[in-house]
Amino acid sequence: MRQYFGRKLLIYALTFFVAVTVNWMIPRFMPGDPVASMVARARISDPEAVAAMQQYYSNLFGFDQPILAQYFNFWGALFAGNFGISIWAYPLPVADVIMDAVPYSLGLLIPSILLSWFVGNWAGALAARRKILDNTVLPVGYVLTAMPYMWIAILLCWGFGVVFQVLPVAGGYSFAMQPNLSWEFVGSLFQHWLLPFVSLFLVALGGWAIGMRNMIIYELEADYSNYLAALGAPHRLIRRYAFRNAVLPQITGLALQLGVLVAGALVTEIVFSYPGLGSLILKAIQNQDFFLLQGTFLFIVLGVLIANFVIDVVYVIVDPRTRAGMTGATT
Amino acid sequence: MTTTDPITAITAPDPGTPPVTVRREALYFAVRNGKLLLGAGIVAIFLLIGIIGPFLVDRPPMEYVGQPMMPPDGEYWLGTTTFGQDVLAQFVHGVRNAFVVGLLAGGLAALIGMVIGFVAGYRGGLVDEILNMLTNVVLVIPTLAVLLIINAYLGIRSVGMQALFIGLTSWPWVARAIRAQTFSLRSRDFVDLARLSGVRTGKIILREIAPNMSSYLFMTFILLFGSSILIASSLDFIGLGPTDGVSLGVMLNHANQWSALHLGMWWWFVPPGAAITAIVGALYVANVGLDEVFNPKLREL
Repeated sequence: MRQYFGRKLLIYALTFFVAVTVNWMIPRFMPGDPVASMVARARISDPEAVAAMQQYYSNLFGFDQPILAQYFNFWGALFAGNFGISIWAYPLPVADVIMDAVPYSLGLLIPSILLSWFVGNWAGALAARRKILDNTVLPVGYVLTAMPYMWIAILLCWGFGVVFQVLPVAGGYSFAMQPNLSWEFVGSLFQHWLLPFVSLFLVALGGWAIGMRNMIIYELEADYSNYLAALGAPHRLIRRYAFRNAVLPQITGLALQLGVLVAGALVTEIVFSYPGLGSLILKAIQNQDFFLLQGTFLFIVLGVLIANFVIDVVYVIVDPRTRAGMTGATT
Repeated sequence: MTTTDPITAITAPDPGTPPVTVRREALYFAVRNGKLLLGAGIVAIFLLIGIIGPFLVDRPPMEYVGQPMMPPDGEYWLGTTTFGQDVLAQFVHGVRNAFVVGLLAGGLAALIGMVIGFVAGYRGGLVDEILNMLTNVVLVIPTLAVLLIINAYLGIRSVGMQALFIGLTSWPWVARAIRAQTFSLRSRDFVDLARLSGVRTGKIILREIAPNMSSYLFMTFILLFGSSILIASSLDFIGLGPTDGVSLGVMLNHANQWSALHLGMWWWFVPPGAAITAIVGALYVANVGLDEVFNPKLREL
């Protein structure tokens, strides 16, 4: 078990190192001069202002220092929690801007990921080897899983928000309100949360259902299932054993899908102008706010790594083989 | 977006049967497999739209050609945008670009995944350790976040470059799956025999190992094709799409940006999303059909 976690942590540490290094490298080694292009994008014609901006950006990136020192400074600033100053929300530090957005993103992601995983697995397990259910779950699952996240979000937004006008279509809470601790505000939060949640939930649902169905069929054909059936064990018991085995790859699958799910949440937030990280990224791109963009990137990587680790711990709890030091998990 | 776990979604091929009978048998079952025919049929229709469409609809996709905000009619089959652009013209060009991205990005990812998977699985030892570590690192990093950073800084604005970077980041699960299969194949008698007769490593991989999982390799390519289209559409939607052309994701981006939803201009945002769903869904369904064709165990269902 120690070896299992040691290996995992090594991979995560390495991943974080790579992510930070990429983040540091891209502005410095990309073709052309980042400072010049940023100044050019600001569309300022006054030469004095241009010179001032050039000076400002060079200092900000620390370009005047040797390359290795720049790299270590970058790490130092990172550990001090200093991601730079946001240009879009000037003069707020990037870390603060991100921290304001993170609760909204997590509030969307965690329930939709967990619920779609549970419901999807349940539906898939139910459908396997049952003709009628299979014929509905499978096509619906494939349509859902092939849908681009933003499109289902757009459809829901248009249907419930514009055509029927039953739910709000933009923002994290009513524009007429200030955040406070009242039932009214919580209700408004919930109303605004519902549609983005449902669209995330639906797309993810299809994939889990199909995956589970395939896994259960595979397990039902395994030797132990046939043996149990030959002994005359009840159908329910065999299915339960099959389910417990089939759930393991689904847990690994959850870890593999995290990146896709986060990406889905980002575009969904953009459709609903939901004040999470997705909207932040859109603002950062529209305003050429590279510090904000890079900060958000690191935050997403960090979040995905932490989630991966949580899943690893869950895996160890669920699969006794990993505890016994045998090779169980493949991730 | 893809089936939950592509590695398990496709069943491993059974190596060892002579190739000619396998091929004939596969063809026999392929033309009788409903899923494969349905999926391949839908993909073929969209492929035709993408190839021929731009010649038939000769209006430039981004030019302001007609009345703004017109619902579909006889002149503009899919209506016009807020600026009077022809939605149908954008649509056919978008479908074409979806196939271009899928082909380039999916192809590149499949190629990288195969090379790394084969080499890691066949060589083993230190090479395997290093390649496996690399695979795991790329696997954990959220792909879209990396693509966001790269696209925003490099200002990637062509379909080809976008496909290149998608291909460079979406290969890890393929590499891992192929590595596992190569592992199980490399100690087979026919591989040993080839090795004993002094055949070079590259040739053993190409001649002895790869053909035994050719059906599997083809199916991974199909899955990558579909997922590349989805990733590209997300990037386009965020506003990092091609500027030298139009794509289905860019259409959705414009529709969202110019509040087509609130104006009720459904003809602007329904067709591009429906096309992506149809193409990707059809690819997945065809893939399941192929799996049944190649794998006798799944056929009775």
